[in-house]
Amino acid sequence: MSEDDPVAAFRVEAAELLDSVEAALLDLAGDSTNTGLVDEVFRGLHTLKGSGAMFGFEALARFTHHCETAFDRVRKGHAEASQALIGVVLSARDHMQALIDVGTQGDPMLEVAGEAILSALEKAVANSEGVAVPRPVQAERKGWHISFKLPPGAMVNGTNPLPLLDELRELGDCRITPRLDELPPLASLVPTECYIYWDIVIEGDVTCEDIEDVFIFVIDDMDLAITPLIEEPESDEPVEVLPVATVLAAPQPVAKAAPPAQESVRVAAERLDELMNRVGELVIAQSRLAQLASSVGPVNELTLRAVSEDIERLSAELRDTTMAMRMMPVGNLFGRFRRLVHDLARETGKTIELVTHGEATEVDKTVIERLADPMIHLIRNSCDHGLEAADDRVAAGKPVTGRLTLSARQAGGEVLIAITDDGKGIDRERVRAKAEAQGLIQPGAILGDGELFQMIFHPGFSTAAAITNLSGRGVGMDVVKRSIESLRGTIDIASTPGMGTTMTLHLPLTLAIIECMLVRVGEGSYAIPLSVVEECIELPAAEVTSTARRNFLDVRGELVPYLRLRDTFGTDYPADLFQKVVIVGQGRGRVGLVVDQIIGNTQTVIKSLSRFHAGQGSFSGATILGDGNVALILDVGNLIVAAQKNQRLLGERAGEVA
Amino acid sequence: MSIPERVLTFALDGEIFAIDAQAVREILEVPAITRVPGAPGFASGLINVRGAIVPLTDLAVAFGMAHADHGEDTRVIVIEAEVEGEPTTIGLVADKVLDVAAMEGVPVEEAPPVGMRWRADFIRAIARPQGQFVILPDLELIFAESLAQSVRAGAAP
Repeated sequence: MSEDDPVAAFRVEAAELLDSVEAALLDLAGDSTNTGLVDEVFRGLHTLKGSGAMFGFEALARFTHHCETAFDRVRKGHAEASQALIGVVLSARDHMQALIDVGTQGDPMLEVAGEAILSALEKAVANSEGVAVPRPVQAERKGWHISFKLPPGAMVNGTNPLPLLDELRELGDCRITPRLDELPPLASLVPTECYIYWDIVIEGDVTCEDIEDVFIFVIDDMDLAITPLIEEPESDEPVEVLPVATVLAAPQPVAKAAPPAQESVRVAAERLDELMNRVGELVIAQSRLAQLASSVGPVNELTLRAVSEDIERLSAELRDTTMAMRMMPVGNLFGRFRRLVHDLARETGKTIELVTHGEATEVDKTVIERLADPMIHLIRNSCDHGLEAADDRVAAGKPVTGRLTLSARQAGGEVLIAITDDGKGIDRERVRAKAEAQGLIQPGAILGDGELFQMIFHPGFSTAAAITNLSGRGVGMDVVKRSIESLRGTIDIASTPGMGTTMTLHLPLTLAIIECMLVRVGEGSYAIPLSVVEECIELPAAEVTSTARRNFLDVRGELVPYLRLRDTFGTDYPADLFQKVVIVGQGRGRVGLVVDQIIGNTQTVIKSLSRFHAGQGSFSGATILGDGNVALILDVGNLIVAAQKNQRLLGERAGEVA
Repeated sequence: MSIPERVLTFALDGEIFAIDAQAVREILEVPAITRVPGAPGFASGLINVRGAIVPLTDLAVAFGMAHADHGEDTRVIVIEAEVEGEPTTIGLVADKVLDVAAMEGVPVEEAPPVGMRWRADFIRAIARPQGQFVILPDLELIFAESLAQSVRAGAAP
């Protein structure tokens, strides 16, 4: 598929349209009388139908037409935007997505599915007709005088006046008079311009809005005047010319939906300007450096240092500005879950209210994309296991409506995303019993809440008594944990019995650059993410020679197991006299890493390892150092696990001896 | 059995190997190599190729040949190859890079199943230009095998 494939472009456009239709539908579910939202849904469907037909998606156009008609009835006040109707149109929206995905050839299976949706749609419309809330419509008149003129360039942009006139004719008896007085002489006529404008007298039961609808896609730029017919005897209203300006001022909240995450990134113009400024400064600094380099005689050390500092500052700013461009508000992500919660509520028969906080918190684009799946899983869990059924809630003295809160905030170098439900909380005893049964913990072992709850991330661990369609099969939580960890994040669980559960995702602000501590082991340099480094101490002389009977350090009264990275990495380069221990911690685990030398802190751009080394476990990536050499980044989580396993092995061996 | 039109030939432990010239991106003098502790011998290191981190592989290990120390003529051939369906940039160590040659008119034979020190399935074909003996290795299979091995190594406790 080439880059400028029109069908691909249509798919992108259609995805945006469907998203905005979906958002409007969901808003409408909570506010069924909002005519602005009804209009938005209608407009979205109408555009989709039009461009679908244009790109050869005939099935899509035919199908969308029915939904559009249904919403047209709602718009005109003939039917109500009932929950049933919204539900059907939401499923219709998914069907449209399927039609777009399957391509222009169509698929007989989809046709069948489409028929089913359409009949449900018909039923929903018929049911809601009786209770139709008449939309405040202007008093109907016997006729109108319309004069319209297309904006320059309208025909180039694809507007054809003839179908507009045809649509007007469908509304009622029309007398159409073309005005030709703006026609230029043939020599200066531009064939792609429309010089003709029209005066139309239309008679019949037509409302002003009907006429505006005809022009709905060009109304923004065109000259349109709609006046009631003067010769109307009953009309005692004065002649009223509705210039376009007042038509536009009518309450029409054309709330454009936020652009969804596509492959392209939309960047605020000011951020680009900022970037340009920095690049400009960098060019100046570079030319100063070039001047210094080419100057004859000894270079003034001070000047050189000044240039170096300038470049250092600029590159830091450039980095920050560039990073900022990759940031997206989490609101984009939260928006996707509204539909999910809506569907989950229907599937489980619970009423669930979704509350979001901190949508403006910004996270790296990649993080947002890779966060969607794990979060869907957590939200499903909360709705299915966390929130109780309505009866149980009432019995527990809680409001019937369950509340699911998504919140995001920034804390230091990380972003915290919390998923909170006010359900029954995690059953500690059950988790413990299950963990003991699976041999994950020793019976009677004393565990903190945090440790205990981490058990649910073990593969195959499920405490749900009944397996439902939604969750409970014991797959997934381990996958969630792994995907969060692949983003260098962690999950915390807090739960109060009867009050609810909060899952907090700790995520790094950005994936691309991290602060690292650079260490040397043997002849290799390794990077340790600074965020996990707790402290550095010198390896006590007594430990230097001890031979692996007991790999513990006493750090201010606390025992910390340690790994000799020299042994782990199997280096035979002579060891340094004074070995250092870098104490790292992640979650609950703490471990000391014995290294030869601590080189210092550095900022590194993370590059992923090739498939050959990705399975290695000890490393999470690699980076290029200032001297061009490659350094490996330690995967501290895995090293901690390795150290703990080591410790257990030692313990077992000790048990055998005894 | 598809034979590339043009091949790059290089020497490794006294044998001549040939790979598709189309796949070759560049040839470098041996850069600083970062050893990856615990990695299989076939792909034991990483190199920096213009800001990209590229695994360095050694066909000598895959064919069980004597591993020569890097000398004056040693080069790294950077190639683009499919590894399990993903396009990947890989460095190959060569004792000496010889030539780019057209394969047209060169007699090509299937690898004989016996009479070789090496795994026959690692060899796609053997070309015989002017009585020489040129090995066309099956890089994709070699990479896939090596990956499978490293996964096994990673899975073992």
